[in-house]
Amino acid sequence: MKQPPRSHPLWLAFVLHRVSGLALALFLPAHFWLLAQAITAPARLDGFLAFAENPLVKIAEFGLVFLLAVHMFGGLRLMALEFLPWSDRQKTLAAGAVGAALFLSGTFFLRAI
Amino acid sequence: MLDLRLYMAQRLSALVMAPLVLGHIAVMIYAIQGGLSTTEILGRTQGSLLWFLFYGTFVLAVSVHAAIGLRVIVHEWLRLRGIALDVLTWGICAALLTLGLSAVFAVTLP
Amino acid sequence: MTRTRDMLQVTVQRGEAGKTRMQRFDVPARENQTVLDVVSWIQQEADPTLSYRFACRVGMCGSCAMMVNGVPRWTCRTHVSRVANDGRLDIAPLRNLPVIKDLATDMDPFFDKWVAAEARHHPTRGRLEEFDPITPDNPERAEANLGIECINCGICYAACDTVAGNPDYLGPAALQRAWTLLNDSRDADRPTILAAVSGKGGCHNCHSMGSCAQYCPNELNPMRAIAGLKRETVKAALRGKRDA
Repeated sequence: MKQPPRSHPLWLAFVLHRVSGLALALFLPAHFWLLAQAITAPARLDGFLAFAENPLVKIAEFGLVFLLAVHMFGGLRLMALEFLPWSDRQKTLAAGAVGAALFLSGTFFLRAI
Repeated sequence: MLDLRLYMAQRLSALVMAPLVLGHIAVMIYAIQGGLSTTEILGRTQGSLLWFLFYGTFVLAVSVHAAIGLRVIVHEWLRLRGIALDVLTWGICAALLTLGLSAVFAVTLP
Repeated sequence: MTRTRDMLQVTVQRGEAGKTRMQRFDVPARENQTVLDVVSWIQQEADPTLSYRFACRVGMCGSCAMMVNGVPRWTCRTHVSRVANDGRLDIAPLRNLPVIKDLATDMDPFFDKWVAAEARHHPTRGRLEEFDPITPDNPERAEANLGIECINCGICYAACDTVAGNPDYLGPAALQRAWTLLNDSRDADRPTILAAVSGKGGCHNCHSMGSCAQYCPNELNPMRAIAGLKRETVKAALRGKRDA
């Protein structure tokens, strides 16, 4: 794939932060709605949880955990950039955020399968 | 479009959520093994003040944080502005708060 | 060492805002040729109606910036060999600014935002008084020094996707200038600067994507300056709440 012009590591970190945030925000209403069924319609929640045993859903869950973790670590990097003394190692820190997120979501995935 | 107050609300909610997200991921890693069931979830959370406070705070912070984040995206990508943008921001916040708190109540009320 | 081509295939954006078109030119390739040399060759040898801006040709005046293969560059200091893509150059006016004609953009919005950010000197003393000496070891002075080599070329402004999405955003150059003045002991009006960069188009809209720092030809870091403004505005707001 041809890289878009003007792309560079910190720009990619920005895109990842935005896309992960957007995806999480769109996922939240479904997440909340389903959990709210626990008392009123437990069968529906159980039905979904059984469906979630499907390997493809497990991969999607892994994706969600990764998005959550990378949004958090990436956000911590941005707040450190803004509020702590300046560091020139922003690219390394951004890569570290992705690495830490992969570690957490990978641990989740290995426990889930 | 993002003034100092919205910026501070965005960063403050993020700071509140950082440990909550770590806790939430830890719970997921712990709970996912062997699959999930409604009984298992309720067994952990029902009647627990601690989980009520944990997820209540989480929902409060995420509603503010997601509303401001979506406000920025809608402004930059869809060019919405002015009062419509404000209405959308606080509408998203209220909707997430309502849905989120109903979920928290559903799994933690005794 | 790749084989030197005889000709460069150059595409230039022509026309006024709203009715632009792309025009192809074949330009003789030379060794040690800058993008500005290519544009000048077109204007002198192929089409004298081509409009573009330049003055000093040595990277000091900041007037020759253009988009080259999608990336903002100071064309007088950009060698064709470094940026040509298989012998092809796409040259367009600076992004995020209105086009006047061909490669010349209207820089008014860019400089209006410098004024809006209070990025102008607020004097402390009159002309008969001694001025404050420059103290290079002072941390504030050191921070101010990081930004003073800005040549107002508009490359950071053209590189910034936040400017592209949010036309009210003051942009990296104006905000970096505000940060420089905020750290300058000879500037008298911190509160006005902090208020000016805290509005709806202010520093808090920056997403730290760092394209300003990535493409600044003088290797300045407006992203760092804007982070400083965010920090100082938050500090001032918290202090204000305590004092109230």
